[in-house]
Amino acid sequence: MPDPLTIGFLPLVDAALPILAHEHGFAEDEGLSLALVRDMSWATVQDRLLYGHSDAAHLVAPLALATTLGRGRPAQPLSVPFVLGLNGNAITMRPDLAERICPPGRLGDARQVGTTLAATAKTSAAQGKRLRFGVVHRYSSHNYMLRYWLAASGIRPDHDVEIVTIAPPFCADALEAGEVDGICVGEPWNSVAVERGAGRIVLATAQIWRRGVEKVLAFRETVLEERREQAEALIRALVRAARHFVEPENWEANSRILARPEYLDSSRMLIERAISDRLLLAKDGPLVHYPDFMFQYREAANFPWVSQAEWLYTQMVRWEEPGYNPADAAKAARVFRPDVYRSALRGLDEPLPGASSKVEGSLSHTTVVGTEQGAMTMESNSFFDGRTFDPADLKGYLAHLP
Amino acid sequence: MRIAIVDESAGRAAVICEGLAVLDDCELFVVTERRGLVARIEEIKPDIVLMDLGNPSRDMLEEYFSVSRALARPIAMFVDSSDEESIAASIEAGVSSYVVDGLAPHRIRPILDLAVKRFNAFARLQADLAEAKGKLAEREAVDKAKRILMDNRGMSEPEAYSELRRTAMNQGRRIADIAEAVITAHQLLGGQNA
Repeated sequence: MPDPLTIGFLPLVDAALPILAHEHGFAEDEGLSLALVRDMSWATVQDRLLYGHSDAAHLVAPLALATTLGRGRPAQPLSVPFVLGLNGNAITMRPDLAERICPPGRLGDARQVGTTLAATAKTSAAQGKRLRFGVVHRYSSHNYMLRYWLAASGIRPDHDVEIVTIAPPFCADALEAGEVDGICVGEPWNSVAVERGAGRIVLATAQIWRRGVEKVLAFRETVLEERREQAEALIRALVRAARHFVEPENWEANSRILARPEYLDSSRMLIERAISDRLLLAKDGPLVHYPDFMFQYREAANFPWVSQAEWLYTQMVRWEEPGYNPADAAKAARVFRPDVYRSALRGLDEPLPGASSKVEGSLSHTTVVGTEQGAMTMESNSFFDGRTFDPADLKGYLAHLP
Repeated sequence: MRIAIVDESAGRAAVICEGLAVLDDCELFVVTERRGLVARIEEIKPDIVLMDLGNPSRDMLEEYFSVSRALARPIAMFVDSSDEESIAASIEAGVSSYVVDGLAPHRIRPILDLAVKRFNAFARLQADLAEAKGKLAEREAVDKAKRILMDNRGMSEPEAYSELRRTAMNQGRRIADIAEAVITAHQLLGGQNA
């Protein structure tokens, strides 16, 4: 066996693919041995990656960009050759707030809930009690999705409402203690809050952007080059794990593995609900099926579309200084490495998209798109407000955002 | 200089605090509670924050540092990453630190070195303790296994022990492992009090 590849992760359901690649022997079949290191904050996952304690990491996608651009730390270029999944997060609110803005028994409608929330948020702000939302990291898709939804609903983040950072394992505590009015977090942490009666799930992030990029597999750029063969072998093992992850017959066994103390150390039942796209929205309420709540495999979900990195960059400069800068935009775009993904999977039975970038949010219904091998079907990838993101014109896109 | 030591393990915080007490121009503050952490840090106004690397509150605190106007912004120690070796040592030891921008490196360095030493010392203490506990557990298992053999096969204590030792030697395993196996087998066969 060659040197093991060490992969850092946080205890979240979407850390599944590296864990399953290891547990089911897919990594071993590719001649790899994996060592998985669990941490409790993204800062620690990032430190281990930057200082060589780990070779790759399960990472919130915007953090890979922020690290490359030197936001908050000295710049260290990272590379993302594989997306670990799309969406899988939800917005959970204090039960009394949820009751005011969202009809019971089902997920809300993103537009409708946004409009009602806007009225409530402004009343609260006028009374000097701004609503406060928790997200898992400053550089997370959770932060950008929540802000996108709020802003498009007429709520100004940081003015009308506050947004703070809370580590996933503490989200339910913070809701319960009244430190925040809502959280945007991945599973199983929404469900933990629901089980405790501390919150009600009102929206899935997939309702904000139907195919939003979530966690990625990140390497230091130099490590990816030095260990390129192993990285490509890992991509093949992860694709097999993704295929396994979405098969209903494997859900029970996979949730049992993920629940183990060394991985998520959480309830098997809550994990199985997330991976089968079923959510208990409120304590004692019905189990609701929301298709593609998590999206780990179909439609080349793991392909690192350059346009996704560019969308994340637009959100970063939308919400913090410094603003748009073409050199940074180019650096951010280069973090996603479709070339490595293609090279790892060429000649195998996986669809390789014909392009490396696409107009995000442009598909409102099922569409057939070209691949290197022929064609594949893609379903809607809309944003809830109907906007589209054309990576050819980042400045134009930014100028038209609310 | 004001130093905040943030650690959910009160024991480790005490060990680090004791180690840093030798520094003469430093005031030390220990924070072990997660709740109210940010408010506490705001009160302390530290020049340096030392925090265990795995502390789950790091993302929250970093966010606070990056937006706070109340504080001269402490930034992750990696900002001046000229000293890769000392950073590696600190990650290895499990210390993360945040330092207010502009503090002279020669003032920070001795503090970080000392913190790393104390973190390592604490880790050694823990390892020793775990080893001692492990040895105790092994002795208990051997005693239990001896009793099972004495009760079930009518052996004397020395006979029971030499039976365990002989089996261990034959199988190339440790006596403690054989003892565990005897206890497990005894339980499976419906034995009591094993």
